Amino acid sequence: MITLENLTKRYGEATVVDDVTLTIERNSITVIVGTSGSGKSTLLRMINRLVEPTCGRVLIGGTDTTGEPAHLLRRRIGYAIQSHGLFPHRTVAENIAVVPRLLGWEPARTQGRVKELLEIFQLDPATFADKFPHQLSGGQQQRVGVARALAAEPEVLLMDEPFGALDPIIRTKAQEDLLNIQKRFNTTIVLVTHDIDEAFRLGNRVAVMSAGRVLQYGRPAELLTQPADPLVARMTGVADRAMKLLSLTTAAEAARPGSSDGPAVAASASLREVLSELLWQGAASASVIEADGSCKGYLTVEAILSHGHPS
Amino acid sequence: MSVRAYRIDRLGTLLSVLVAVALILLPFVVFKSNRIVPGEPKALAAVLPTWATIGFYACVLGVAAVAIGLSSARIRFVASLAGIVASAAALAAAADRLTPLGNKVVRVAPGAGFWVLLLGLGLLTTDAVARMRLAPAARVLLLVLVLFVAYTTLADGIFDNLSIMREYAVNADRFAVEARRHVGLVAGSLGLAVIVALPLGILCHRVPRLRPGVLGTLNLIQTIPSIALFGILMVPLGELATSVPLAARLGISGIGAAPAATALFLYSLLPIVANTVAGLRRVSPATVEAARGMGMTPLQVLSAIEIVLALPVILTGIRIVLVQNIGLTTIAALIGGGGFGTFVFQGIGQTATDLVLLGAIPTVALAFCAAVLLDALIEVLDRGKR
Repeated sequence: MITLENLTKRYGEATVVDDVTLTIERNSITVIVGTSGSGKSTLLRMINRLVEPTCGRVLIGGTDTTGEPAHLLRRRIGYAIQSHGLFPHRTVAENIAVVPRLLGWEPARTQGRVKELLEIFQLDPATFADKFPHQLSGGQQQRVGVARALAAEPEVLLMDEPFGALDPIIRTKAQEDLLNIQKRFNTTIVLVTHDIDEAFRLGNRVAVMSAGRVLQYGRPAELLTQPADPLVARMTGVADRAMKLLSLTTAAEAARPGSSDGPAVAASASLREVLSELLWQGAASASVIEADGSCKGYLTVEAILSHGHPS
Repeated sequence: MSVRAYRIDRLGTLLSVLVAVALILLPFVVFKSNRIVPGEPKALAAVLPTWATIGFYACVLGVAAVAIGLSSARIRFVASLAGIVASAAALAAAADRLTPLGNKVVRVAPGAGFWVLLLGLGLLTTDAVARMRLAPAARVLLLVLVLFVAYTTLADGIFDNLSIMREYAVNADRFAVEARRHVGLVAGSLGLAVIVALPLGILCHRVPRLRPGVLGTLNLIQTIPSIALFGILMVPLGELATSVPLAARLGISGIGAAPAATALFLYSLLPIVANTVAGLRRVSPATVEAARGMGMTPLQVLSAIEIVLALPVILTGIRIVLVQNIGLTTIAALIGGGGFGTFVFQGIGQTATDLVLLGAIPTVALAFCAAVLLDALIEVLDRGKR
């Protein structure tokens, strides 16, 4: 659990982060979303002390982060940034091995970890380990950047607009990968983005920031149904909020026991996707199929529509 | 369908015309009955047997044909190298034929025609090497090979009847001493400059406020003419030697190596500081940010990331300084600093051109070797970095 207590950062007259108090749950993805200049990156960088707060403090697992030298703290916290920041003079394997080496891991352990991570990120070790960053595509560089951040098995992973430089198709894939990684390692992830759709897609909890303050902090559905501030409603979007709400629930969560003659939809699909499929096929109901092929239940259009209502 | 036009090489044509004009109008060798009298120009035909003259000119024509008409870098390289060997052989043969057996008084010096020929062939060779895109290691190997061949032919006495080698024979002991002093002055001033300029460059990068002041001051130093700077330094260093006995005992005085090394050191600062700043600025902020975020200490970020990534640019600055100082050190001889310049100024004083060349040619060769070596090093370090 990460606790931010009254965090404030001022540069001269300008207050970039203004008295932010937040509790970030363990083993979940917390997204800080805001426009540029809202102070979201500064807030993130105060967690690993790349920026020292003017006042307030950060507790990780109940311990004040100022209790140890900043560089030792950072070795325990993964950090991935938008332009990946890979070291251009080091190979992919050497880049991933940076923090394990700083921590003095046995070479064999480091090597094993590098290989494991490359495989997880679908980068064949034989092909990619000895390449230099400039020989990779943008998507591959980004994956290596995240792999490097995860190398030393950190409990906490901070990500600053990690997918900002990717084109839409690769970005969707990278977001899926991140969700899988989070499930696999149970890492506590704090991610900063300006993209509200990305925030809803990834975040278990979302903090909306503006002008250095957190306007609202809660589950995505809460932000949609009970916006605490007109600005939150504007950011989340009023015109398609029902559809957004549908996209937050999976077919598995909404399925009713039984079965249907209609088309089969994946249990992991969102209600928005199921509805779209039903509209497309002109069907009134669908059966929800798990990844292992078993039937989870069924969904009707009416049942789906009821989920789009804020109640 | 397009037909590839037959391409005439522009550089090859220009150099060929230049060399042809020079060989027609200028003498190949100059004969002097002793060291100081004005020489008597001689054409090659007047010295060598007809068959040898014809053979030599045929060889030069062949090289010109390759230089104008062929685009293969390898053939151009072999041809221009063969041209240099033939020219050197012709020069040595001419010297041997013009020197009566056992006569140590007459001088046979290369004429203007020979120098233009050598210049043309040298440019063709370096151009061919550049076009071959040799790997850095191959270039260094080539340099070693050329130096080895040059050394063995000189040691074999093939050129002993040439005026420059006559001067060398007389000054052999001093040549070794001055060579060591020359290299010592260059290496010492450069080493000291690196020790001072590197931290200064890092400081200027970190504290942008300092940059204009530091670079401005160093720029100012750079604009002082070298002779003036040597002169300016004579006074304070002389004072230092008279007022602090320890300084005098360490060999510091108003003239000699101390002001020379000091001036060279001062001239070395600007290129290294400026390139250190430029090199560090080239390092992407994201890379530095990531390095800090990974948990590197400030010293680790500087040494393992910033300096390493800036190194090719910093080395380019050091290369500039090295070549510049090898040349500038010649002037140090004026204030008793020693080095190859000693021969140059002595030669000027005695109107003995050969002695001037004895100082000038090794200086040029040294600078050339230093440039080749550092270029190779920079290229090796710059690989895979972008």
